Amino acid sequence: MGFYDQFKRAIALYDEILRQPHRTEIARELRDEEDLFMLLCFSEMLGLPNPAFYYTLELYPVIIERFHDWHLRAGMEKSPLEGIRCC
Amino acid sequence: MNSLWLAVIGMIVFTIGYRFYSKWVAEKIYRLDPNYVTPAHQYSDGVDFVPTKKMILWGHHFTSVAGAAPIVGPAIAVYWGWLPAFLWVTLGTVFAAGVHDFGTLVLSVRNKGQSVGTITNKLIGKRAKIMFLFIILILVLMVNAVFAWVIANLFVKFPASVLSVFLQIPLAIWIGYAVYKKKKGMLLPSLIALAVMYGAAILASRVPALQIDLVNYFGGAENTVMFGLSGVSMAFLVWILVLMVYVYIASTLPVWKLLQPRDYINSHQLVVGLFILYAGLIFLQPKVTAPAMNGAATDVSWFPLLFITIACGAISGFHGLVSSGTSSKQLEKETDARFVGYLGAVGEGVLALIAIIAVVTVFATKADFTAAYSSFAAASAGGLGNFINGAAQLATGIWIPADIARTIVSIIVVSFAATTLDTSVRLMRYIIAEIGSEYNVKALTKTHVATTVAVVSSAALVLLPKGPNGFGSGGYLLWQLFGTSNQLLAGVSLLLVSIWLKRQGRNYLVTFIPMVFVFFMTLWAMIQQVVFQWSGYGNGELNMLLFGIGGLILIFVFWIIIEAISAFSRNNPPPLSKEM
Repeated sequence: MGFYDQFKRAIALYDEILRQPHRTEIARELRDEEDLFMLLCFSEMLGLPNPAFYYTLELYPVIIERFHDWHLRAGMEKSPLEGIRCC
Repeated sequence: MNSLWLAVIGMIVFTIGYRFYSKWVAEKIYRLDPNYVTPAHQYSDGVDFVPTKKMILWGHHFTSVAGAAPIVGPAIAVYWGWLPAFLWVTLGTVFAAGVHDFGTLVLSVRNKGQSVGTITNKLIGKRAKIMFLFIILILVLMVNAVFAWVIANLFVKFPASVLSVFLQIPLAIWIGYAVYKKKKGMLLPSLIALAVMYGAAILASRVPALQIDLVNYFGGAENTVMFGLSGVSMAFLVWILVLMVYVYIASTLPVWKLLQPRDYINSHQLVVGLFILYAGLIFLQPKVTAPAMNGAATDVSWFPLLFITIACGAISGFHGLVSSGTSSKQLEKETDARFVGYLGAVGEGVLALIAIIAVVTVFATKADFTAAYSSFAAASAGGLGNFINGAAQLATGIWIPADIARTIVSIIVVSFAATTLDTSVRLMRYIIAEIGSEYNVKALTKTHVATTVAVVSSAALVLLPKGPNGFGSGGYLLWQLFGTSNQLLAGVSLLLVSIWLKRQGRNYLVTFIPMVFVFFMTLWAMIQQVVFQWSGYGNGELNMLLFGIGGLILIFVFWIIIEAISAFSRNNPPPLSKEM
């Protein structure tokens, strides 16, 4: 491996070291946003009136996999909602 | 004596410590298992639990624990001569800090990545959890007061650094925005930010109009401005108030907006600072002019105060919080714990070592040193300034003009202190909220109420104690208290690791001996200060504030020792975790 490649690798490692805490924080922020988004989409099924329900209904086929990830992360092995059978 | 010898001997001790001692501890005592499924794999969630390469994790761990504290402590502690400080930093790192950081990391890994606080709760009970909260509360309160004092003091002494430090705030917000919203890389923007800051430092060093010199605005140091305050005191008061408004805002913002990007810039500064100082040392090789033992230091005994004055850099309870808080959740293999934990402590030792060298080489003669370090109060008040001048002298070894180097070093120290201040005010807010919910005081759980309590109490603590140099200089009186609560925390962590080792039927002396040492020194130092210095007993003058806080910490020390004896003598205790 040439000097240039080694230099590039060293810079990449340095960047990754410094990026580490920021990566965690951004991932946490994005996860919180995702949770809020899922709550908004499925609020109707939780008994919360949602004026945008007609539009969010269209999203279900697209976000079904994300919904599955979300309920697993929330500590529920099976989908908590009757209407959606993702697993 | 050539100061390069100090660095070489120190490095040899650190290398031997890592190469042989930590290897022995890893294999024979902690018995690291390469096949153990770490929490990073077991609970992998892409956020907190993420398996990370050991080199990256070490870098993250080191930049999280290294700050202004390993610089401030040694800069004061050389008051007793360079030898005690040098020995405590090198041997303390190898035999106390290394096993402490390494041990808390392993203990946490074997307990689902839980923090030292949670493990204490499980091991000793709810009473211990509340006690733990109060210890951390006192610790962060000290940190707020001491570091606000450090920053205000440096702004007064080195006005050329103010502009760059203020520039860092919008630059950090810009980086946070670019990375979070625009999904851009961080390296280039943060290097640009660093270049802008250091460019401003060079300009401000040479153009007096760019120096925000409040003392000058108030008509000079001797001029009485108002309320009987001199120019210096008034400048100090204004900086403290500015800082408190700043931390209020900074600690309530989401971390990615300001704190994280600032950390990122500061990590570059840590690398730049260490490189400048060690490269300068190699080229310049200045003579050590300070005495090995300062015979004139008779007002305060080095034994036991040295061991709490150098609070970080030899051993620090704060490292245990980082080890068990974040690093343990990201450890890829259990065997990496030695590299991350032990070498992280060594990194801090390397920083403390260069701080000692910078201070003991800055004076032209031994008489100059003795004059500057005429009393412990003088050492406390001037230590950090001496470090900055010494570091600037080392930087001249790589052809950086001394005035510019002085500004850059003061910017580095202020940046470290400011990030610590942001973090600790935020932490204090969380703890106040937790105590509020524990005792059902709903108001305290609100963000702005908790932040106001944190900021006002910190400002009061930095402004109220009567210090050796008049108004506001009480900030450094608190350094000893900060050291005590930090060492106390380290003692608790070592106690937990010792209990774990004892229950496993292993040799627990590697952590038990440093624990006894740390508790003994902390207790002795506390009794000396609280009873004989601050209580008004004998020749001492009563200092209600320091006596009150010091007395509270002293009670905690006794409490922990009683808990320690009871936890150690317990027969058939439940295991901490099934798989450990």
